[in-house]
Amino acid sequence: MTTAVAAAGVGTATRAGVEIRLENLRRRYGAVTALDGLTLTLAPGELVALLGPSGCGKTTALRLLAGLEEADGGRVVIGGHDVTGLPANKRDTGMVFQAYSLFPHMTAWENVAFGLQMRKIGAADRRRRAIETLELVGLGGFANRYAHQMSGGQQQRVALARALAIRPKVLLLDEPLSALDAKVRVRLRDEIRRVQLDVGITTLFVTHDQEEALAIADRVGVMQSGRLEQVGPPTTIYSRPATPFVAEFVGLTNRLPGIVRGGQVEVRGTSLPLVQPDAADGAAVALVRPEAVTFASDNETAAGPLVGTVIAVAFLGATSRVTVDLGDITVLAQLATSEAAAHPAGTRVRLALRPDAVLIARETTGATSA
Amino acid sequence: MSRNRRLKLQIFRVAVFLVLGAFFLLPIGAMFEFSTRGVTDTAPRTLNAWLTIGQTPDLVAAILASLGLAVLTSLGMLLLLVPTMIWIRLRLPYLTRAMEFLCLLPLTIPAIVLVAGLAPIYLWMNLNINDSILTLAFVYLILVLPFAYRALFTGLAAIDVKTLAEAARSLGANWGTVMLRVIVPNMSVAILNACLLSVAVVLGEFTIANLLNYVNLQVAIALLGRANATVSIAVAVASLLFAFILLVILSFAGRPRARVHLEDTGLPYPGAAGGGLR
Repeated sequence: MTTAVAAAGVGTATRAGVEIRLENLRRRYGAVTALDGLTLTLAPGELVALLGPSGCGKTTALRLLAGLEEADGGRVVIGGHDVTGLPANKRDTGMVFQAYSLFPHMTAWENVAFGLQMRKIGAADRRRRAIETLELVGLGGFANRYAHQMSGGQQQRVALARALAIRPKVLLLDEPLSALDAKVRVRLRDEIRRVQLDVGITTLFVTHDQEEALAIADRVGVMQSGRLEQVGPPTTIYSRPATPFVAEFVGLTNRLPGIVRGGQVEVRGTSLPLVQPDAADGAAVALVRPEAVTFASDNETAAGPLVGTVIAVAFLGATSRVTVDLGDITVLAQLATSEAAAHPAGTRVRLALRPDAVLIARETTGATSA
Repeated sequence: MSRNRRLKLQIFRVAVFLVLGAFFLLPIGAMFEFSTRGVTDTAPRTLNAWLTIGQTPDLVAAILASLGLAVLTSLGMLLLLVPTMIWIRLRLPYLTRAMEFLCLLPLTIPAIVLVAGLAPIYLWMNLNINDSILTLAFVYLILVLPFAYRALFTGLAAIDVKTLAEAARSLGANWGTVMLRVIVPNMSVAILNACLLSVAVVLGEFTIANLLNYVNLQVAIALLGRANATVSIAVAVASLLFAFILLVILSFAGRPRARVHLEDTGLPYPGAAGGGLR
């Protein structure tokens, strides 16, 4: 595949990538604030995923970077050049959209060649580059097909080839997998990552799918209400969330009432370290991952703060999610399927909490599993 | 579906087709029959009336004027509506209702009222600018707005204009290229339909031309009918046939173009194998 990349010239032109800076971007739609001072820097060749619920501003950020919308304030800097005032067609970005965006009246290779034609590349050269870029995404044999003759996954791969063929400074992916079925989504996700690494292009990937973001990105930025809550490597986002919102949005979280005391939180008799060790003492809610909840190895299931009844077991493949009723709250535990199978619904169990650092939220009401 | 039911459905379809066919063709057949009658009841059939069409200078001038008006009106309609509708869809969607209202308004205004308003303007134009019949294209442009608007609106609604435009913009296309190279080719059928409707309206228009003292095809047919009924009917049948032929031509022109194969470009055609991600 590297050969195809080199032949297409896609990789050689952009392999170094460029730095992208979004500086204090603001955007309002009437009374709604879509972006509230977003600042984010993408290192050359880095893939950053913006993750967040609908309406959090992630797509707005991407559209401001693409030049498809104008910011109310702030700057967009691509490769050291301030492009804030430039229209979309002058920004040198390649974009793959959530909706299928191939031009229906053109074949796959004509679609890919369109951007090259806009750059006044000669007919023979643009045909050659279009075919080579299609081969890069594994669709060399589909060059003569129209959009309606291809599956959704194939269309998005052609769209990726079209975006890459112009050798843009930045690749923008606006939920390109959300219209695809689960199996194709995973395969295309890996394909996008492979091509992005091959080409070495700086990429901003917008998604509301946390699994997608965590799997594909060098760094993940979690957004809420137009602001970045946290930016960091996927493992950090997952294991050391900076805010309760990040903890609850990324992955499942049990909300367990506890008491903060001296940099630790005591949850139903178990002392857990805190992500924010300077948290003030007092009542709090500890946000505990289901993976940090295990079954205790002893058989003391008669009573105790962590003794309860299994009320449901959801099979997820290699692991299973067990729901345990502790009387006042329910707790989710993610266990190896073999272990979960030994504790069907109705079984009394005693839980144990692994001493992973947890985040605390201050509200103490409504503590249940998330 | 059972065989019996399928047969009944087929019979129903054929019956509907025959009834509608008779509804449309019988009057035209009767007109054709009338236009080929001899001078007396016993005289043999003749195509004299049809042959006379080409030998009547006023009629030929009226036909050419109507064709010119059809072309001008269609062009004007396309230049006015296509970019405006695309722009409103892309950048000013809140104006959609206002645009629709304006375009459908001519349906509610009787031709006589339109003429009452336009007569002073045409009088001034005749005296100060030009008295050519082709100036009727301005008023015909208003007449065809409702029909053309609906046809174009349907075509625009069938494609994701915003995404296609944004994709083209991100690839480096300016707004002109976006419209001409990306949007218009994908609404070509709607554009052809709008043109066909415009041509049909213009070729069939009588009232306004007559009231403004212009001789277009329909006015010429009416005038000729007073002097030579068979020729006027022959012209009417010919104009219907012309509209029919135009419809057929536009239908074929509206079909997707032939695929451009890489084999034709001289490039090596990649093997059939390729990504199988479906």
